[in-house]
Amino acid sequence: MAYTDTLQRSSFGQTERQDSWWIQPLAIFLGFSAFIIYSTWAAFQGDNYHFGPYLSPFYSPEIFGGSSHSLFGPKPGWWPLWLPFSPAFLILWVPVGFRLTCYYYRGAYYKAFWGDPPACAVGEPRKKYRGEASFPLIIQNIHRYFLYLALMLIIFLTYDVWNALWFVDPATGQKSFGLGIGTFVLAANVILLSCYTLGCHSLRHLVGGFTDKFSGSPVRLKTYQCVSCLNKRHMFWAWMSLFVVGFSDIYIRLCAMGIWTDWRIL
Amino acid sequence: MASVTFKVWRGDIDGGEFKNYKTDISEGMVVLDALFQIQADAANDLAIRWNCKAGKCGSCSAEVNGYPRLMCMTRMSSLPQDKPIKIEPMKSFPVIKDLVCDVSWNYEAKRRIKKFKPRKPDAADGTWRMQQEDVDRVQEFRKCIECFLCQDVCHVLREHHLHEHFIGPSLLVYTAALEMHPLDVEDRTEDLRKHQGIGYCNITKCCTNVCPEHITITDNAIIPLKERLVDKFYDPLKKILNLFSGKS
Repeated sequence: MAYTDTLQRSSFGQTERQDSWWIQPLAIFLGFSAFIIYSTWAAFQGDNYHFGPYLSPFYSPEIFGGSSHSLFGPKPGWWPLWLPFSPAFLILWVPVGFRLTCYYYRGAYYKAFWGDPPACAVGEPRKKYRGEASFPLIIQNIHRYFLYLALMLIIFLTYDVWNALWFVDPATGQKSFGLGIGTFVLAANVILLSCYTLGCHSLRHLVGGFTDKFSGSPVRLKTYQCVSCLNKRHMFWAWMSLFVVGFSDIYIRLCAMGIWTDWRIL
Repeated sequence: MASVTFKVWRGDIDGGEFKNYKTDISEGMVVLDALFQIQADAANDLAIRWNCKAGKCGSCSAEVNGYPRLMCMTRMSSLPQDKPIKIEPMKSFPVIKDLVCDVSWNYEAKRRIKKFKPRKPDAADGTWRMQQEDVDRVQEFRKCIECFLCQDVCHVLREHHLHEHFIGPSLLVYTAALEMHPLDVEDRTEDLRKHQGIGYCNITKCCTNVCPEHITITDNAIIPLKERLVDKFYDPLKKILNLFSGKS
């Protein structure tokens, strides 16, 4: 008789747990679903993504597009006519890919969307399991490449905060220093995204986790400790940054639509 | 003093059932105390594995109300006592009798992990020198008491019974302790990928949640090992850089 022959398998959702184990996966499912639906809708809009000096983080950097933030001018002529265009299409795949392959998110959505398992010590819906050992989920190992791109996005988003400090006077056309609520929203966004990105497990490995020897490399050790410090609360930063990046787009969109007023402090 | 009902799984490898026992609970008692009372008063033949009763030997692992726990560290006051408390053996291992499981597979799988292989001694007297900052990381892994609660909650073993292909979180912690040791020069990445199935881990962190020693199993052991595998097998850029820098 093989060692595992007498082991039992639970049916889907079967557990002896008496706590409300289903609350966490349900909350994650609803939270992710809401964000996916909103961000997809926002990306397809292609307008109301900028207001004054503000640019929505869903559209930043604006590689091609109709706003003054565009790096290389309007929609390129070579863009196929049959393909809908939005500046967000050119950039949104980077943060989406980064979050989709993130170690925290993987564990969270495997539970909430796949039920693999629905929660700890709770029965699963499927008998077959391949995990991340083979195709397609072996592709998750691409995470560090998305990290490199996400780090570049942080630079662009920081530049957007700088831009959000300079308001154009509609009468004179002169730029002057200012602070609006939107400036703070974009600053909060870049701070939270930085805390999330700089606490990435892959970055932790790349800055020091790969080695067994820290002695003699004080800068490497300090960097590893800093990334590890952020990494301890990776889940917190992941959710906070997700919420604020979505709110930043909502804020700019509603200001651009004239529904909200961007209050100027300076 | 309150009287509490326990539903305790009784049986052996051929099967079994839950049986009800009532016992009196006083302040400060843990689940293991209650089971000792049941054993003394109502079920002399109840099989329980235990040793230190201090959360350090890792013997009294079981499932309390469906959640893997050390019975000696689970206070009765932490459990709802208005309904029966369910006690059953770990589900990732075959039962021997009642709450005692055959955990021998863990030791057999452990034997297959490449042993500690130190570099050449640093000093002429055959000794080595290590710095504290180099061993800080692996010291966490040395806290493992081999209670196998993490193996029990891991769905790869618990639900999919992939014992042949995956060594489980406990042994990945052991491997991480060796692999990240500053003196060790052995390479275990190929084994981790091919024979020890680290790719089966889908990072649910259940192992971290149940660890009575609070080892951050997923973040500090499994994910860093996964990243080392990425370095070696899944990162073409790293391979090219290594080619130019002369590293293998």
